[in-house]
Amino acid sequence: MRTGPLLSVKLGAPLLMLSILLAPLAALAANEAPAANEVLTSAAAGAVEWWVWPLVLLVVTFLMGIVAVLGGVGGGVLFVPIISGFFPFHLDFVRGCGLLVALSGALAAGPGLLKANLASLRLAIPSALIASTCAIVGAMVGLALPTHIIQTALGATILGIVVLMLLAKKSEMPEVRRADSLSSALRICGIYTEESTGERINWKIHRTPIGMTLFIAVGVMAGMFGLGAGWANVPVLNLLMGAPLKISVATSKFLLSITDTSAAWIYLNQGCVIPMMVVPSLVGIMLGSFIGVRILRVAKPAFVRWIVIVLLLFAGAKALTKGLGLPFIV
Amino acid sequence: MSEEFVGRDLMNLEAKIEEAQSEQLLYARVLEIGMYIGLVVLFITFGVYVSGIMAPAVPLDQVASYWHLGVHDYLEIVNQNHLQLAHPPTGWAWLTMLGKGDFLNFIGIAILGGVTIICYLAIIPTLLRKKDNAYVAMALLEVIVLSLAASGILAVGH
Repeated sequence: MRTGPLLSVKLGAPLLMLSILLAPLAALAANEAPAANEVLTSAAAGAVEWWVWPLVLLVVTFLMGIVAVLGGVGGGVLFVPIISGFFPFHLDFVRGCGLLVALSGALAAGPGLLKANLASLRLAIPSALIASTCAIVGAMVGLALPTHIIQTALGATILGIVVLMLLAKKSEMPEVRRADSLSSALRICGIYTEESTGERINWKIHRTPIGMTLFIAVGVMAGMFGLGAGWANVPVLNLLMGAPLKISVATSKFLLSITDTSAAWIYLNQGCVIPMMVVPSLVGIMLGSFIGVRILRVAKPAFVRWIVIVLLLFAGAKALTKGLGLPFIV
Repeated sequence: MSEEFVGRDLMNLEAKIEEAQSEQLLYARVLEIGMYIGLVVLFITFGVYVSGIMAPAVPLDQVASYWHLGVHDYLEIVNQNHLQLAHPPTGWAWLTMLGKGDFLNFIGIAILGGVTIICYLAIIPTLLRKKDNAYVAMALLEVIVLSLAASGILAVGH
């Protein structure tokens, strides 16, 4: 069959990407972080030119942006564990930076998603009010707790996300027989056009009170760890509340622009933002996402999803062992 | 007959949903403008910072010496070594140091952090006109929550 070479090209691109993404990380871990609990000393950090670190951040976040798009996750969930695990930056700054990276991505995507009627403002407003309020609490708790505890909890959370990614199924069009009374009262429903079929699809949601309650935990975790919370938003909106997958993904992305705003202000006001980290990371993730969307047309998403799972497993284990003061394989 | 009713119900539903989308489109327009302004300002100010056009408070070649520290220690040492302020700069203190290249970047970051508040404020009149009281209340509460977070009143520490 003629699919052989094509298949190898399709598999080759993500494989190459993985090796490229892992190579600088491994090199950094080996060369710049000699101890089990690596903390780059002032002297070592000063040994390289000032522009090297932002450049490395730019390259790594660019690759991260590509992998995130192909793997169907937000940049924040890769950024915080990988950068805090393998780079010399303190977790306080990585979380502040991670929130700003996730926030910028959500702000950039928001207008298009709202205009295309894929993100629903009526669904987002009540969810965001709960999540953003709780993100403030999460950020305050996260900044008040000792770093090793947050690092350990981050590792456990990332490993939990891996389990969620492995087990959770997605439903393109969940069956919602009847909208619940709260969503009816708030008129949370909509119509969107499915591009692949041209069909106009009416959607409504159910189990709104339980879904809204879960956004308490989503907000706290987003604020505490500086993760974008798309990994949690989508299952709640799609599997629990019954919003179509496209609406769930788009509303989740838009929702981050509100949830992460409140947490980002807490980190910003505490001084956890270093422009030399933020801007290269933000540019890298955005450019990577842009390229990732193009590669998505030819890549094999299921395979890339496995790469993301392996990366998260690796980064989660690293964060956990770092938090517990245990040795790690690199 | 029943098909006619179903068709009419669907048209009514679509009309209601389209009406509900007016605030969504307004939100999207305001967000788009604010997001572009924020990003452009951020990139320009970062260019000014790294090009050395405006001298930073912490010299470029010394930034890497501090970012391995926790935020509390970082602020203390940076203040001691470079800023010599009465207190380490937290909250909106960066506004008083906009003459420094590194602190200049906070303008773009603050715009990106503030655009959502502006979006909510922009849709409140539309929601009021529609007498959509539940969403007016939620939008106002969101503005209060985000403003509180941005205010710097909520201080924490290790």
